[in-house]
Amino acid sequence: MSEAVSALSGAIFEGFATVTDTGLRGMITVRGDLASKDMGAAIKAAIDADVPAQRRVTAGNGGKVAWMSPDELLVVVDYATVLDTVAKLNAALSGSHTLVSNVSDARAVFEIRGAGCRDVLAKLAPVDLSQGVFAETEIRRTRIAQVPAAFWQTGTESFEVICFRSVAQYVFDVLRLSATKGGEIHHLG
Amino acid sequence: MLTLQCPYCGVWAEETELHAEGEAHLKRFGPDSDDADFESYLFMRENPKGVHFERWRHASGCGKFFHAARSTTTLEVFGTYSAQTLEPPKDIKDKISAKYPGWSWREFS
Ligand SMILES: [Zn+2]
Repeated sequence: MSEAVSALSGAIFEGFATVTDTGLRGMITVRGDLASKDMGAAIKAAIDADVPAQRRVTAGNGGKVAWMSPDELLVVVDYATVLDTVAKLNAALSGSHTLVSNVSDARAVFEIRGAGCRDVLAKLAPVDLSQGVFAETEIRRTRIAQVPAAFWQTGTESFEVICFRSVAQYVFDVLRLSATKGGEIHHLG
Repeated sequence: MLTLQCPYCGVWAEETELHAEGEAHLKRFGPDSDDADFESYLFMRENPKGVHFERWRHASGCGKFFHAARSTTTLEVFGTYSAQTLEPPKDIKDKISAKYPGWSWREFS
């Protein structure tokens, strides 16, 4: 069997913040009625998390769930457990009008770490990333330069950016440019 | 720069995160309609100086279509609202009336 690898095989760039291809990640798109009992039970059964509120991320056992739109969630787990998680979700949702789709190999994930991580993103996305405005448990779907992407905070000085695998090189390159030493803004700290 | 609040995800999205999707509340005339109605459905669009209703899509965000009411001259936004409706909600029409008494746009006023 062929060996799965992430889009940029763990590429790292060290600027005033560090940009890293975080490797393979399990990602499952779930669509359906987010308020339904079945959906709540399915997310509980899959990773023991609650269904997140609008634009929020909830954490559970071995994964996270992000609110993507009024009828869409993204379940994020270890790549090794993604098929198990899909099976659990499908079993729990078998009676309802829903979609569960493993999109792991269609995505790339980058981490931005360092004191200037907010500046790196703020230069590329039309989003207010100020401390106290962008919430710790928030996911924001937006664009990174010219392509769609989403990001969330993973710590006080780190973010993760999710994008389509087909634009992984582009996103890495613009993040790298934005994080290049000399490009610090010191605006968002 | 235009900023619209997406009624589906609540984000205050600036224009580059959105995609303009043309005039709002178009009534479809299909294959069995008469030529004038069909032509008007396909090609005839409002191009007002002032109050206007449009469809937008939160293209780089949650992906949903929504409606917006705004002024094309001042860029004032009166509000955004659900795509699952055939007419602007009353609170938005009231807000426009307060500012532009006697306004009209297609069959709405
Ligand atoms: Zn939206």
